[in-house]
Amino acid sequence: MGYEFDWSGVLNLKLWGSALSITLSYAAATIIGGMLIGVVLGVLMLSPRLWVRAPASGYVQLFRCTPLMVQIVWFYYALPIIAGFSISAWIAGGLGLTLYMGAFCAEIFRAGVISIDKGQWNAARALGMSYLKMMRHIILPQAARRMVPPFVNQSVLQLKNTSLLYVVAVPDLMYKSYEIAASTYRPLETYTVVAFIYFLILYPLTKLAKRLEARVDR
Amino acid sequence: MTETANGAAPRPMIRLSDIHKAYGAHKALRGVSLDVAVGDVRVLIGPSGCGKSTLLRCVNLLEQPTSGTVEVGSDRFVFTENGRMPPARQLERFRTHLGMVFQQFDLFPHMTAVQNVMSGPLIVKAMPKAEARDIAMALLEKVGLAEKADVLPRNLSGGQAQRVAIARALAMEPAVILFDEATSALDPELVDEVLKVMRGLAEEGKTMIIVTHEMGFARDVANRVSFMDAGQIVEEGAAAEVFLRPQNPRTRSFLSRFHMRDGAA
Repeated sequence: MGYEFDWSGVLNLKLWGSALSITLSYAAATIIGGMLIGVVLGVLMLSPRLWVRAPASGYVQLFRCTPLMVQIVWFYYALPIIAGFSISAWIAGGLGLTLYMGAFCAEIFRAGVISIDKGQWNAARALGMSYLKMMRHIILPQAARRMVPPFVNQSVLQLKNTSLLYVVAVPDLMYKSYEIAASTYRPLETYTVVAFIYFLILYPLTKLAKRLEARVDR
Repeated sequence: MTETANGAAPRPMIRLSDIHKAYGAHKALRGVSLDVAVGDVRVLIGPSGCGKSTLLRCVNLLEQPTSGTVEVGSDRFVFTENGRMPPARQLERFRTHLGMVFQQFDLFPHMTAVQNVMSGPLIVKAMPKAEARDIAMALLEKVGLAEKADVLPRNLSGGQAQRVAIARALAMEPAVILFDEATSALDPELVDEVLKVMRGLAEEGKTMIIVTHEMGFARDVANRVSFMDAGQIVEEGAAAEVFLRPQNPRTRSFLSRFHMRDGAA
């Protein structure tokens, strides 16, 4: 092949530092935001009333069935036209990621709650528990354990998805590697390094998910 | 057939009048009326799918009757087609008067035995923890499981789990206890320990409605028996009468399939 590797311009921690912190901050913030949206939407989706359930389900379907890249681009380029004011790339990207995560979290929440055996609901109601007490003391403690593994999995995906921020030029890891590759003419080294950085963060997380799954199965 | 209201008789503890329950086209209950006096042990028998469990679940309104009237103590609920369930608050308070024991025990798996028994007083009645625990321990003692207080349900045998479930129902001091095939999911050698506890409650004079396939037990413990078939009560009477001299041909054919075992069944 005869290719001569040159890592000197690429293996510079200072170069990656700010990009890494942007990726991690976006991941953390949008995961937390998505979780909050997920809980609210999940509760709505469990409602016996159609008019409460339907909008929440509609939201979830909309965000699950369109590509995240399209959502981010839409929030950046299309939403300002409707809203009448421009939205910064930072906000558009964060909005897309958060709402997207929210849709998946809602589904995880709903699935966790309805996975609890019918007998548990009956037993709680037969004792005279109100819906809220039943949820708080009987259903959610059991459901939460089952939500953790899919939630960690979704968080892993979410961190990877932050790489889509580069389309609106938020200087995350992916965008930074693009810049570095362009300035050093070293795409092979650059993209190898960025892949390795993602792997180093995510591999332990997937391991954690595995362990949690084993614990829930017990 | 069903008893009719008798103005001279004392008010029954439970009175169901003309209860219908339909699931779409399927009619699970077709006009069931039932009176249960204070201290009665009423056993419901009948073939699978005859509506016994559905009827039981209509008593504490886990199931909403399509139409009919449910009266327990001073509470009275009238249901009409397309009508609504009573307000949640009222339902919740109503259900505290009725304990229920389920076929699959349905203990809360994330709580120990004693926490399960405490759950009603603690969560529903907001009783102080220490007091709830005392009540729960006394009840575990009563069902013979005091030493299992801190054990999680998954480490209990079926018979033990069901006895804990009975204690959990008793902790609310219900006026009536409903048993929905409480021994059907148990290994045969574990049935007796549960029946013994139920027998003890009957002797204390607890008002109970029991859905069961344990005919020997039913004959021993029940003072009145209702035989259900196809969503209706087709025969009803004193236990000895129904078991010894069933009048209805369907009751006769049903009972002939059981070998009566003496004692604890």
